[in-house]
Amino acid sequence: MATAHSRAAARLTMSPAVILLLGWMLIPLVMTLYFSFLRYNLLMPGTEEFIGTLNYQYFLTDPAFFSALFNTLALVGGVLVLTIAGGIGLALLLDQPFWGRGIVRLLVIAPFFVMPTVSALVWKNMLMNPVNGLFAAIAKGLGLQPFDFLAEAPLSSIILIVTWQWLPFATLILLTALQSLDRERLEAAEMDGAGALDRFLHIILPHLARAMTVVTLIQTIFLLSVFAEILVTTNGGPGTATTNITYLVYAQSLLQFDVGGGSAGGIVAVVLANIVAVFLMRMIGRNLDI
Amino acid sequence: MKRALSLIGAAVAAFLGSSAQAETLSIATVNNGDMIRMQKLSEHFNKAHPDITLNWVTLEENVLRQRVTTDIAAKGGQYDILTIGTYEVPIWTKQKWLMPLTKLGANYDVEDLLPSIRSGLTTDGTLYAAPFYGESSMVMYRKDLFEKAGLTMPEAPTWAFVSDAARKLTDKKAEVYGICLRGKAGWGENMAFLSAMANSFGASWFDMTWKPQFNTDPWKQTLTTYLGLMKDAGPPGASSNGFNENLALFQSGKCAMWIDATVAASFVSNPAQSKVADKVGYALAPDTGLGKRSNWLWAWNLAIPASSKKGDAAQAFISWATSKEYLDLVAKEEGWANVPPGTRTSLYTNPEYRKAAPFADLTLKSIQAADPQHPTVQPVPYTGVQFVAIPEFQGIGTAVGQAFSAALAGQTTADQALQTAQTLATREMTKAGYIK
Amino acid sequence: MARAATNRRMLVVTLIAWAVGIVIFFPILWTVLTSFKTESEAVATPPTFLAFHWTLENYSEVQQRSDYFLHFWNSVVISVGSTLLGLLVAVPAAWSMAFVPGKRTRDVLMWMLSTKMLPPVGVLIPIYLLFRDFGLLDSRIGLVIVLTLINLPIIVWMLFTYFREIPGEILEASRMDGAGLKEEILFVLLPMAVPGIASTLLLNIILAWNEAFWTLNLSASQSAPLTAFIASYSSPEGLFYAKLSAASTMAVAPILVLGWFSQKQLVRGLTFGAVK
Repeated sequence: MATAHSRAAARLTMSPAVILLLGWMLIPLVMTLYFSFLRYNLLMPGTEEFIGTLNYQYFLTDPAFFSALFNTLALVGGVLVLTIAGGIGLALLLDQPFWGRGIVRLLVIAPFFVMPTVSALVWKNMLMNPVNGLFAAIAKGLGLQPFDFLAEAPLSSIILIVTWQWLPFATLILLTALQSLDRERLEAAEMDGAGALDRFLHIILPHLARAMTVVTLIQTIFLLSVFAEILVTTNGGPGTATTNITYLVYAQSLLQFDVGGGSAGGIVAVVLANIVAVFLMRMIGRNLDI
Repeated sequence: MKRALSLIGAAVAAFLGSSAQAETLSIATVNNGDMIRMQKLSEHFNKAHPDITLNWVTLEENVLRQRVTTDIAAKGGQYDILTIGTYEVPIWTKQKWLMPLTKLGANYDVEDLLPSIRSGLTTDGTLYAAPFYGESSMVMYRKDLFEKAGLTMPEAPTWAFVSDAARKLTDKKAEVYGICLRGKAGWGENMAFLSAMANSFGASWFDMTWKPQFNTDPWKQTLTTYLGLMKDAGPPGASSNGFNENLALFQSGKCAMWIDATVAASFVSNPAQSKVADKVGYALAPDTGLGKRSNWLWAWNLAIPASSKKGDAAQAFISWATSKEYLDLVAKEEGWANVPPGTRTSLYTNPEYRKAAPFADLTLKSIQAADPQHPTVQPVPYTGVQFVAIPEFQGIGTAVGQAFSAALAGQTTADQALQTAQTLATREMTKAGYIK
Repeated sequence: MARAATNRRMLVVTLIAWAVGIVIFFPILWTVLTSFKTESEAVATPPTFLAFHWTLENYSEVQQRSDYFLHFWNSVVISVGSTLLGLLVAVPAAWSMAFVPGKRTRDVLMWMLSTKMLPPVGVLIPIYLLFRDFGLLDSRIGLVIVLTLINLPIIVWMLFTYFREIPGEILEASRMDGAGLKEEILFVLLPMAVPGIASTLLLNIILAWNEAFWTLNLSASQSAPLTAFIASYSSPEGLFYAKLSAASTMAVAPILVLGWFSQKQLVRGLTFGAVK
């Protein structure tokens, strides 16, 4: 089928996308790489000089670096676990027949359409604020001490906000996958006396494996660079409790205007992202025959 | 007669102006109440200058700072008028990024600008940014609560008195907290307050050889006083409270005392916004008897990038927005209490303003008490009260702010926070080449 | 008997599902409600749910402060423009990946996705400098280009997984009939792939609409979309919950309504190859 002619055509049709992305990746990357070896502060033009790997030394020995690394992984992992578990639950629920299914479905997918900045602002101010927020009002109504989410459990709070945003996406993908499940198989299993748990573990879950992989891949891509939610709610704090790698690079390059240090951080982040990417691709390879 | 003349003048100016090319000015500003009011009132400017169209970019403070700094340093040229703080002006002037404001007009009366504010914006006798409003910090307190507790606030309280009163006034059941202070990390947030507080305890950011001073006793006293006070008498969630959050708390009647920017006085005493408008008293920021009070000095200023090709139009706007006439305009439209404070001497001698703004006197005293040239008890190599006027400060200040905010959230102790701050600051100052 | 059991079961499921749905939707509902309150009612304790004095003053105040329609229009242009441009580039690429797969197709696709993992903050300054030199700062074109590039990998992947479900024989048959490459893609492939394309289009409009880093950093006044509009409402002075809610509602409502109305189309192709 693949003649020489169509191979040439394939290369031709592929090239615009590849060239564009290559340019988008390489040009800034090369500039960033170059900047990362300079002393380059935006606020002090004219003092640029080559300083070797000094920027990297400072970035990697920054006391915030390891906590940022940990926070990044905790954020990605936490949100993935919660959205996939919650998504499976919601998919199973929405798959049942019940009254008003269409409307409930609309309610459940709504958070996906909310911009991250807005959802962070709303959660921070109107829900989680320990004095004027709704959660505090509920706690007070129950006679409890209001819980100060963003100070007492900052990372968990951010995981909660991000989970809220991505839960609809996971639910939709998992629900579509669930609906493609062969009902007869389930019924046959039920006839054979398999309990609900058995059917879930041995038929439904394996069937959803591919969908779970897809959710993992897509969400990881977006979750590695979670930024607006942190900037709006905690500014990476208190301390470095919610600083992820993206935020750390932001702090270097746009709070301190240290382009050199920020670039070194950017390169480190690229390397880390690629490690995650390789790891993910391996996983995808097993589960998704592309 | 005079009025008729000025009308004719305006008409002529308008005519001359409209014969020139129509110009569009992009104005980047911060989303504070006074700036939003300026945006609303700018139709008056448009009437006098129909040839100038204004495009407003209103952003939250941190976003604004990042956007305008990137723009000016990379010479992006996206804005014609920038709203910048007292911190940026001397640094940017030194880089020759700002246009000298020499065409503000004959009526502008530069001499009328408050000396302590003006000196920070002037280099070699030339003004590089015009102050839109200026502020120091002071104590705002609830007279009713003080009276009920049998306490009297002196005009110039000490930290010992404030701490004691705060603890006595706290009634957590009734959601009344003795004192609300900034805790949100950021060099312009908690560090503005804490640096100024540290000055009154005899601490400083650096010694004469640029060595960070967080391992000294005065800093330890500052931080332990602050943390102890906030633990016993502060509101919950203090580590994410900045100016705005505290303002909302105070306005809804939840703070007995609040030490913050003097501009807040007009918001807390405005019955339209504040539940406690008629119960607010004012006092100078506290001290410890060492000769420095814990009040800062800040102004939001309008400036023009040196590369701007619309300098004349931009100066016309700046001259309008920072003039005495603008103050009169705000007074006419919104009342004297809403006039942007802290920039002009004439405002503080205006009897109408003094009547409408019971906080006028203390605002002026606070501004005059701040000395950016000699901010600390011990001599230091830098200027700036609640900041250090070097480019690296934003980064260091914010990182140290994070450490202190973590201590406030209870994640670390005061000693650990100070240790972290010392290490961080030393690292950055070494990297930047201050410490050899 | 069995029917009654089914009904009871359905009632229970209905109750649970509605409860969950309302909990998930609640933050949005609360924001919309608050946007109709006065500032002091917005922070009242205990909070009022429906029995408050409904007002539109927040909306008029927000509109007075910032030209909502300019930002709205910018958002529309940028999100639709970048999605269409992205489709234009991605359709041919996805065609070749789906129908003329080579040894490295998989690697190319994975590489494309991996470009999305680069943290944008790391490359802001270089991009900013390039934009300045090409005069693209604060222009809609510039934002369309950037958003096209950052969403291109997702577009390619979605189209690819959808195209793959289409039997290659049909395309081959058209080729036999003498259709050129252009005809093959335009008249044979695309009509068959309408559901997948619609879904890709919708998802990317949503992603572009909500993208807040590049749109905020590369725009000033002329091209600023709703993400920049909302940035001026994060913590202004004083009580601001009601105004924030109004601005949030205005920023989110268009895309939420679009998403709801096109929900079926959005979901149909949203499988990323997860469904066999």
